[in-house]
Amino acid sequence: MGMTITEKILARAAGRPSVRAGDNVWVQADILMTHDVCGPGTIGIFQKEFGAKARVWNSERVILTPDHYIFTADAKCHRNVEICRAFAAEQALPYFYDPGTPSYSGVCHVTLPQKGHCRPGEVLFGTDSHTCTYGAFGAFATGIGNTDAAFVMGTGRLLVKVPATLRFVVDGGLPKGVMGKDIILRVIGDIGVDGGTYRALEFCGSTIRGLPMSERITICNMAIEAGGKNGIIAADKTTLEYVRARTDKPFTCVDSDPDAEVLSERRYRAEELVPYVALPHSPDNLAKASDCGDVRIDRAYVGSCTGGKTEDFIAAASILRGRKVCVDTYLVPATTEVAADLQRETIGGKTLAQIFQEAGCIEPAPPSCAACLGGPLDTFGRANGSEVVISTTNRNFPGRMGSKAASVILASPLTTAASALTGRITDPREFM
Amino acid sequence: MAQRIRGNVFVVGDNIDTDQIIPAQYLNLVPTIPEEYAKLGTYALSGLPDGYPRLVPEGAAKSPYVIVVAGRNFGCGSSREHAPVSLGAAGVRAVVAESYARIFFRNCMATGELYPVESPKRLCDLLKTGDEVTLDLEAGTLTTAAGATYPLQPLGDAKDVIDAGGLFAFARKSGMIR
Repeated sequence: MGMTITEKILARAAGRPSVRAGDNVWVQADILMTHDVCGPGTIGIFQKEFGAKARVWNSERVILTPDHYIFTADAKCHRNVEICRAFAAEQALPYFYDPGTPSYSGVCHVTLPQKGHCRPGEVLFGTDSHTCTYGAFGAFATGIGNTDAAFVMGTGRLLVKVPATLRFVVDGGLPKGVMGKDIILRVIGDIGVDGGTYRALEFCGSTIRGLPMSERITICNMAIEAGGKNGIIAADKTTLEYVRARTDKPFTCVDSDPDAEVLSERRYRAEELVPYVALPHSPDNLAKASDCGDVRIDRAYVGSCTGGKTEDFIAAASILRGRKVCVDTYLVPATTEVAADLQRETIGGKTLAQIFQEAGCIEPAPPSCAACLGGPLDTFGRANGSEVVISTTNRNFPGRMGSKAASVILASPLTTAASALTGRITDPREFM
Repeated sequence: MAQRIRGNVFVVGDNIDTDQIIPAQYLNLVPTIPEEYAKLGTYALSGLPDGYPRLVPEGAAKSPYVIVVAGRNFGCGSSREHAPVSLGAAGVRAVVAESYARIFFRNCMATGELYPVESPKRLCDLLKTGDEVTLDLEAGTLTTAAGATYPLQPLGDAKDVIDAGGLFAFARKSGMIR
């Protein structure tokens, strides 16, 4: 019996010839990522448990990316970044993306891919549920808590249960107006917010192979919204081109064996997919955008690890170009590289930044997680009242973007932009 | 470790995510700093929609409820360890739910803050906030004041880790680490 890609990666990391779903194995981590919200607590546990003078297991493999609460007046948030800064200095961590300096990057889940820290076949842990994003590179990646992260920080190892695989095969050509976000919203709608609990969500098929890395990132990013332990897409030519351009570190690509055992397999024809939304207050509250034209919105938001990449802004700009938004439209590039792209990338001779300005969007904020998860009260774009927000982010349980009275609708950058033009949920094909 | 927990329950429904357990605006508090640990407790479950009572009453440091009873997928969403920590800091000692999100369950065990017990029966429809129950972790049962007893799923090895006080304490006690 063969192994799935997830089983193969975990077998290699466990130093075993094979593992099976359900096995509990100690694995060697390749990367541990933490940020300003969970970093200080992780560091606190690490120092308490391993000693004040303890060293991390491998300074090259601990990535520290403050990104959540950066542009706020909140003193504790600044204190927390300072704790990260002091730890990075003490441990001489080469990969500390320091706020307020040229090394600052922004949202961890876009930073790690861009800086070459995501490599096929590797095991990545992170103190953030959307760590599953890195599965887009054919890696095993999953979110963990502070205590587990402190254990990894000290030992490089963690006990994991090998997840059984739910396979999603998407074949065919994606219709105009349909993005990776629509694929994953449909999958979550079909299996529910706990339909993937303890499972590996594996995506394959000709549609997936045809997607650029930015779209694969969006899909794997939201595996956690179905409860998944990891999302994964086997590396191919597209992956290798992206990774080779950003790192010269060695890695080994793996893929599922044809006879690997999976728990279930769902097949989709790309041609049958449409622009979707997840209505309040759950990521599995699926509806077709075209069926929701009577749902009014009063804010649009483009940003986050899910929907704040350069390609997401290009998609939004393609709709907004030459038109005017009629609701407050907030833009938060995920990283400094994406922010630079807003000034660099052009459509029809105009930069993305010019297109957004002429469309009447609010001036883009500096890169961070911003209002995706609400955050401190002064966070850019935070919902502080009973706003109805359409957003390219990943989660819409009550209170996610701030106020409990607010409602969040999840959508692709195309659908979000189209809805910003009309003030109601709008199928982007109306503007294509 | 006391294996029987007797007290009042706080009842919630399905898919109570980590933003409802501890809203993101309080994640500036660091669980390993003792006064901030205590502060996290006062905000536990404060993200629930209006209409729910407060788990920890205004001005109080601890919850009058020691067991949270929930439906499916309790603790879904973020990996923030602040979620089980806030419940533990509030004085909650166990959650009894139909099912859990993976990371929340693991964080309960790793921190040793509280017991995440699974109930085959949907107890959140049978109990109401304030009801007194006895949770017997050894026998794996929950018994109401009226005497009705419901079997619970065994916690297995996870119980030993929580009994010891979490991952590190367990690993030391069992000789896995020094």
